[in-house]
Amino acid sequence: MAIEFPRIPLGDWIENGLNWLTSEYSGVTRGISGITQTGIDGLNDALMWLPDWSLLVIIAGLCWWLANIRLAIGAVAGLALIMDLGLWDPMIETLTLVVIATLVAVVIALPVGIAAALSERLYKTIMPVLDFMQTMPAFVYLIPAIPFFGIGSVSAIFATVIFSMPPAIRFTTLGIRQVPTELVEAADAYGATRGQKLFKVQLPLSLPTVMAGINQTIMLALSMVVIAAMIGADGLGSEVWRAIQRLRPGDGFEAGIAVVILAMLLDRLTQSLRKQGKG
Amino acid sequence: MSDNRNVKIRVRNLSKVFGAQPKKALELRDQGLKRPEILDKTGQTLGLSNIDFDVYEGELLVIMGLSGSGKSTLIRCLNRLIDPTEGEIVIDGQNIPSLKEKELLECRRRHFSMVFQNFALFPHRTVQQNAEFGLEIRGIDAKERTETARNALKQVGLEGWEDAYPRQLSGGMQQRVGLARALANDASVLLMDEAFSALDPLIRGDMQQELLQLQHRMKKTTVFITHDLDEALSIGDRIVLLKDGEVVQIGTPEEILTKPADDYVRRFIEGVDKSRILSAESAMRKVRSTVRDTDGPRTALRKMRDHSLDSIYILDRDRRLIGLIDADAASQALEDGKQTVTEVMTQDFRKVTRDEPLHNLFAMFSENRFPIAVVDDDQVLQGVVVKGAVLDELAQAGDH
Repeated sequence: MAIEFPRIPLGDWIENGLNWLTSEYSGVTRGISGITQTGIDGLNDALMWLPDWSLLVIIAGLCWWLANIRLAIGAVAGLALIMDLGLWDPMIETLTLVVIATLVAVVIALPVGIAAALSERLYKTIMPVLDFMQTMPAFVYLIPAIPFFGIGSVSAIFATVIFSMPPAIRFTTLGIRQVPTELVEAADAYGATRGQKLFKVQLPLSLPTVMAGINQTIMLALSMVVIAAMIGADGLGSEVWRAIQRLRPGDGFEAGIAVVILAMLLDRLTQSLRKQGKG
Repeated sequence: MSDNRNVKIRVRNLSKVFGAQPKKALELRDQGLKRPEILDKTGQTLGLSNIDFDVYEGELLVIMGLSGSGKSTLIRCLNRLIDPTEGEIVIDGQNIPSLKEKELLECRRRHFSMVFQNFALFPHRTVQQNAEFGLEIRGIDAKERTETARNALKQVGLEGWEDAYPRQLSGGMQQRVGLARALANDASVLLMDEAFSALDPLIRGDMQQELLQLQHRMKKTTVFITHDLDEALSIGDRIVLLKDGEVVQIGTPEEILTKPADDYVRRFIEGVDKSRILSAESAMRKVRSTVRDTDGPRTALRKMRDHSLDSIYILDRDRRLIGLIDADAASQALEDGKQTVTEVMTQDFRKVTRDEPLHNLFAMFSENRFPIAVVDDDQVLQGVVVKGAVLDELAQAGDH
């Protein structure tokens, strides 16, 4: 005879927990929501206020300065295509979400990553949490985001930050741990304080690795803000989402290609930043 | 060395156990167990056990041992890159193991500069910025540290390389930067952890010579770690020989070679200790320059300068050795208006014949600072033996 185990109501517990959080901390979430929304609107308006062509010139110039003329030409061609397809405004909205989500993620990730590199105990605590954050299907974050922050861009940012933050933390930790022992010993031997050691030796030497992490975070953030269209985030994602609902593969691919162009641009730009970091 | 015997660092009873329960390992050690048995019983490694030695002010002390002897642990205990398990390390009245974190930082800044085996230069900093590191950490203002670092780089022969990055330099030059970083810091003790071991033999010899010159000039107390007996013999004022975390013998190179403390040391120097069959002739070098008894002090000075000598032999018409004059005496003679070098020459140096056994020369060197003259039965000068040459000869004999 099989012994019947009662089904563990894991889902109910989580739901109760989330409900409790939403009701107890609604003030906090509303505050965060307000600030974030202001940030999004501000950046979005600023980018929109610039004439299309001037933004294109600025981006191309940035590509030339940080990387090379080839990337600049590619950027001009890609952005011109987006403009021509009439996807300029959604592209700007997506870019805004990516920039803000990445900023928030990096601001949290750097200190956490540094702390985890310096404390073995924190490292051991945080690694499974990061595994959880990264492997949980991205869509799942969207659901609790809504009761916290409502439908729209702020929820998208919340989900995106959680999903895209782990590589920035991981790479920061890795970068600092990879600094050769002898160099850390040298800093110690000359009587460096923890702060001096961190800012004069460990951080500068881990910069290329940290930048690689930030690059990963940006890429993940881009993929997530597209998915976040499902909870009402504006941008290229919502174009794709609409195309799916209307069964119009042509529109879907157009918006999809715009995402790819934006992704490549961001990737190459941050990678050239990283190479510059190597000196 | 013998005129200045102030103790700079006193190390007493120093032990280090690697493992979670060091007390247990030390108890077993006190019951007379050795490192392998302690490792078997407790799983802990007795890195250093009851180390006693002094470092004298201004001397170059070599700590020598094979890998696993604990020499790297020992040097890292001195500035507490590794925390010792028990024992004292006293520098200028401060007991380093009992310092609080803040005091420790201060102590490291004031007392210790370190040079590392694989250079440990900061790849993101220029040569100049690397040399400034210690000063920057101490909060010296930018102008002063630029100047000090520049001087240090000049001393190690790296003028003009200030703006290069370490990766653009050869190994030997990189270690010069490491040395400049240490010298710029002007701490009272220089710690050198296998500093020349990563360099190829030729460069290594050069660096050893330069270190000796620097050390001679600056009288900087230096603790030098090496696994290489030749290196230890040729640069050390004294040598601490370590084996399995214990001191086997402490002594001058001569003492180690002539009076090995036990079989281990004897086996160790076996290859080297050919002195009993070698004679003065084997270590003899050609005399680079001499003066005649009729020459004046000015000539003597010029010849010494041209050939980088500290002293010069005086010969008569038949090339017979009649005396010696050193640079100080010659300058004095010049000032006093003396006409010939014979008026101020000294007889206070040693003369031997070609077949004098080499090991006898050691004792002579410890009594007298001048090179030893080699003469034939008619007192005609044949050659000269300098201290380093004796040791070189012994070391080379060991290689055959």
